[in-house]
Amino acid sequence: MIAGRDQRRRFSNKLMLVLAAAATVLALLPLGSILLYVATKGLLALNWDFFTQLPKPVGEPGGGLANAIVGTLILVGLASVMGIPLGILTGIYLAEFGRGRLAWLVRFTCDVMTGIPSIIVGIVVYGTIVVAMKRFSAIAGGVALAIIMLPLVTRTTEEMLKLVPNSLREASLALGASQWRTTYSIVLRSAMGGIITGSLLAVARVAGETAPLLFTALSSRYWHTGLDQRIASLPVYIYTYATTPYEEMHRLAWGAALVLVAMVLVTSIAARLAGRRAGGGR
Amino acid sequence: MQMPSPQSRRWGDSLFRGLTFLAALGMIGLMTVIAVQLIRGSQLAFTRFGLGFVTGSRWDPVHGAFGSLPLVYGTIVSSLIALLIAVPLSLGIAIYLAELAPHRVRTPVSFLVELLAAIPSVVYGLWGVFVLVPWVRTALEPFLQKTLGWLPFFQGTYYGFGMLAAGIILAIMIIPTISAVSREVLLAVPNSQREAMLALGATRWETIKMAVLPYGRSGILGAVILGLGRAIGETMAVTMVIGNRPQISPSVFELAQTIASIIANEFSEAFDELHLSALVMAGLVLFAVTLLLNILARLLVWRVARVPEGVTRE
Repeated sequence: MIAGRDQRRRFSNKLMLVLAAAATVLALLPLGSILLYVATKGLLALNWDFFTQLPKPVGEPGGGLANAIVGTLILVGLASVMGIPLGILTGIYLAEFGRGRLAWLVRFTCDVMTGIPSIIVGIVVYGTIVVAMKRFSAIAGGVALAIIMLPLVTRTTEEMLKLVPNSLREASLALGASQWRTTYSIVLRSAMGGIITGSLLAVARVAGETAPLLFTALSSRYWHTGLDQRIASLPVYIYTYATTPYEEMHRLAWGAALVLVAMVLVTSIAARLAGRRAGGGR
Repeated sequence: MQMPSPQSRRWGDSLFRGLTFLAALGMIGLMTVIAVQLIRGSQLAFTRFGLGFVTGSRWDPVHGAFGSLPLVYGTIVSSLIALLIAVPLSLGIAIYLAELAPHRVRTPVSFLVELLAAIPSVVYGLWGVFVLVPWVRTALEPFLQKTLGWLPFFQGTYYGFGMLAAGIILAIMIIPTISAVSREVLLAVPNSQREAMLALGATRWETIKMAVLPYGRSGILGAVILGLGRAIGETMAVTMVIGNRPQISPSVFELAQTIASIIANEFSEAFDELHLSALVMAGLVLFAVTLLLNILARLLVWRVARVPEGVTRE
């Protein structure tokens, strides 16, 4: 009787442990499938033209997505120039000066902002910048991406600064350095690795964003001509090409996906390495 | 050594402090701008339709009918399908990673799950269109109809595109969120809880079921709500596989539409004011719902563990 119950207990123990491991394997299957398809179909699409040519009109074979690759880099660059410094400043405020209700509010806003769907950011930037400029533009796209980066950079900066031991700050202040000197050359410097990691992860995150670009930067079939003009990007091309009926465009979409995924993964891995080398990262 | 005069030092300090203060205020300002812009943009639709916007079941831009019930339905049902698939799998992963996996397995598997979160949404969509949808059409839907076809949910034409494909792709996309947060929660459960159970002669699974999971209950619920929030706001992948037809149908094989996907589809083509305003209003609804879910989830998780950085964004 007791032996039977024990056996059942042992059996259900084994079963559940195996199920937990099986869940892990099952969840990783789609990852394998996605990476496999992106790699094989993407590689078939990549050639010299892909990186040097402009897209051809609908139905014509050949062509490339050079303008979209450049466009993605420009958009992400613009976003970084706006989002990273602002995020770091806000992070410094939270870690070094932020006490009381206002800091709580900023921290809370920041956390909640990471949860807002990115398409909402697109609508808002459309309503402010695109409407004011009366046209879709690289600037608008960059601002949308910067808004998405901002809370990510802020929170990692804060976390990293909090890891810096207080004795370092006290030592610097005791030597007669002013507070901003202390924060700038002592605290920020020792947290630099972690902050770079956080910023790069934010860059990787926004590089693949599509929804907010649909009504801010839109897209373009030509080379980039100015920050106040609409601009091509890889994510938007993947979206538009995947939803057309043309073989040739599907091929280019897979190529674009491979380039995009490679960019994102290389950035994330670089981020981790930067953090590890500087010792401050996760 | 020359010291800076106290006067100039005070100047530098207040300038620096002021600068960071302004940046912090900017964050709150930004959030305010987002809310105000959405409310202002939806004014026209709100005065025209009022609550009828949420209860109306016909979305027909050509005839000026903007009832968002089919979108709300599509959003809720696709998210529920996603949760149904993702929650058990994510809990399995969290349990495996936090309680069972040996160290040399834990790191690479955690990394792989994180990788799942790093892949852009539009790439999921591309994979969905060319790999998932054909599989759903030729294998999954015929199978479901054959085995469970007596239920109204599993009847109809095999499009491949539709509610089911959207639910599956959402599930894949929210697994990293739910599993990462639940893992943090499980890791925060004090070891004394486990030791006490094991000392009483419980098996590993009994320990997990009766001590670890109940202790982390509110945190795990928070993780699931965070996942739900993400599923509701997810745009690109869903837009690409859901079929984009605003309708309410009991069958999960049918084409559908979500709030996020209709905005992605129609916003840049909406030339008349009312249409645009209706889309912004749909956005406002989405904003409000995800905001509430996020606040709720964070309150639940905060009590148990800290939320890993940036796990929620679409």
